[in-house]
Amino acid sequence: MALADLGIGTAARVVSVSSGDAATPPELGRRLAELGFLPGEAVRIVARGLMARAPIAVRIGTGTFALRLFEAACIRVCPEQPQPG
Amino acid sequence: MEAVSSAPAPLIALVGNPNCGKTALFNILTGSRQKVANYAGVTVERKEGSLLTPSGKRVRILDLPGAYSLDPLTPDEQVTADVLLGRRSGESQPDFVVCVTDATNLRQNLRLVLSLKRLGLPMVVALNMVDIARRKGITIDAVRLASELGVPVVETIGVKTAGVRALIKMLDDSSIPPRARSAASWLPLSASDIQHDQTEVRRILGLVGGDRLDGVTFSDRVDAVVLHPLLGPLILAAILFLVFQAVFAWAQVPMDAIKFGVSAFGNWLGAALPSSLLKDLLINGILAGVGSVLVFLPQIIILFFFILLLEDSGYLPRAAFLLDRIMGSVGLSGRAFIPLLSSFACAIPGIMATRTIQNPRDRLATIMIAPLMTCSARLPVYALIIGAFIPRRTLAGGLELQGVVLFALYIIGVASAMAVAFVLKRSGTGAGLQALMLELPAYHWPNLRNLVLGLWQRVEIFMSRVGTIILALMVILWALSSYPAPPPGATGPAIQYSIAGHLGAWLAVIFAPIGFNWQISIALVPGLAAREVAVGALGTVYALSATGDDVSGALTPLIAHSWSLPTALSLLAWYVFAPQCLSTLATVKRETNSWRYPIIMAAYMFALAYAGSWITYTIATALS
Repeated sequence: MALADLGIGTAARVVSVSSGDAATPPELGRRLAELGFLPGEAVRIVARGLMARAPIAVRIGTGTFALRLFEAACIRVCPEQPQPG
Repeated sequence: MEAVSSAPAPLIALVGNPNCGKTALFNILTGSRQKVANYAGVTVERKEGSLLTPSGKRVRILDLPGAYSLDPLTPDEQVTADVLLGRRSGESQPDFVVCVTDATNLRQNLRLVLSLKRLGLPMVVALNMVDIARRKGITIDAVRLASELGVPVVETIGVKTAGVRALIKMLDDSSIPPRARSAASWLPLSASDIQHDQTEVRRILGLVGGDRLDGVTFSDRVDAVVLHPLLGPLILAAILFLVFQAVFAWAQVPMDAIKFGVSAFGNWLGAALPSSLLKDLLINGILAGVGSVLVFLPQIIILFFFILLLEDSGYLPRAAFLLDRIMGSVGLSGRAFIPLLSSFACAIPGIMATRTIQNPRDRLATIMIAPLMTCSARLPVYALIIGAFIPRRTLAGGLELQGVVLFALYIIGVASAMAVAFVLKRSGTGAGLQALMLELPAYHWPNLRNLVLGLWQRVEIFMSRVGTIILALMVILWALSSYPAPPPGATGPAIQYSIAGHLGAWLAVIFAPIGFNWQISIALVPGLAAREVAVGALGTVYALSATGDDVSGALTPLIAHSWSLPTALSLLAWYVFAPQCLSTLATVKRETNSWRYPIIMAAYMFALAYAGSWITYTIATALS
């Protein structure tokens, strides 16, 4: 599933990181990897913004980063347990 | 000093991810022995300091800009990569690298260590913030870490001198040999390289400890409130409002003290010196002018105190997070918040801070609106006019009316900046998506040493401006205002017959529709060099133009009597918009490498200022 679809606090693992589509900056995928968004890393959403529930604050490993939705869209994740509801 | 060799002191570079406590470590290592300058050709801040080890060895320490990788995306990271690779002209390649890592965030930081190892420079890993890690229950086997990494590891505590002793000892003991300089080669890492490094990091962390992932941390609990969609913006507004109230309320006592000191000194000089041209220059030119700018030092210190406090605690990126949607709606990145907030202190560091914005269009838009943020140099002008025209009254809820007006001026600046950004976005072509990717570091208590050092650097900058450019302008203005002397039998104040008087009379024609008298018109001219100079200039103009007993009178009651309220409000509006700072325009020219943008900036700001003042003056006149 997409990272942005995770509920706040739901533990998940990164499955893959893509470079996005033509509209996204070309170096986006690499920079996300450099920040630690790598397959197998533990990830969860810490907080979301008010409007359109963006940006999102994402815990990756032991670091926390604020991402816009199009950045988060490059990241596919898999929840550790089935999501409640 | 025994047998100091002629070879230059070895250069040690501090490298690390942003937010790893690198600068705190640098402050401890070098204390106040720091030189802050720019890297040649770019405006990335270059911080070098020196350290004398216990055995008397002198080493130079370079605090390189924080970087996530050696494949740079920002000018800051470019500098770090270039210096480390020995590719930056005018910079020698470091003899030794201290890679600073945050013990609570090794999972991220160790990848940079692995990259640095590939460079082949002699290095040591500083395992920083071990105290915080220990409190979180993370213990890291530093000996094992060193053997797994193949480089020495020392434990440090970024804010405690004792914790750094081991690092200093290591710098002392390790003979840092002058290396045969080979051009270090670097191949950009591919995604699979990064993945490979991360596998290695996981393996090492599994062996040395520190692999534990936190559940809900202290920062998470704070963020649950601070980043809350509803509470967060309220807290942000409350913090900003508190800052501006404090700038007015807390500064009152020291400002009165400075005012009293300057006027007492003036009186003493007046009594002690024989009447002469020199006495006139000293008292009416230099003392009156510089004194009326110096009086705003307490407010500037308080403002910077809060900015540094918010920065050091980790709140600033949270504020950027909260504002990202609003910023995004006018085509800016949340990252633009930090340059824009710095612009509240001064547009120049703000414009320089735009280097952290990767997208060139986004960066340009941020540069263009940065001077609309109310910089601290406007504060003296605002404070003077508000003090003279807005009554000291407490509104419902304990708010000071003067503070509310000041806050409103800041809001007008921000709102117009957003409007300009929106126009820029609409007029641009193909906006594209802009990245945020902003790290939200763990909260920590601000460190007193870093706070004091940072404040001191700001005070130094302000004082050196008062001491140089402002002092020179005061003397020039005094001369313009004193010559030629009034003809015999003249009835008006002397300044009316001087060069400045004629210049002011000419400018007053242009500014008459917006309600400025010739005294204000004169003061705006030296104000081009630095906004706050206008206050000093008004002091000089009025001290010189007043007759009899008024000479020693303070500026505030003077303008309160001689200006109408619409004029005062019009001047406030002028100062919100006017391109009144030549240094800012020069910085824009340097940052954009073109005259095009500073010229556009000056033109649009002048147009906004004249229109804003005219509307204010017209409405205020109609209402009064």
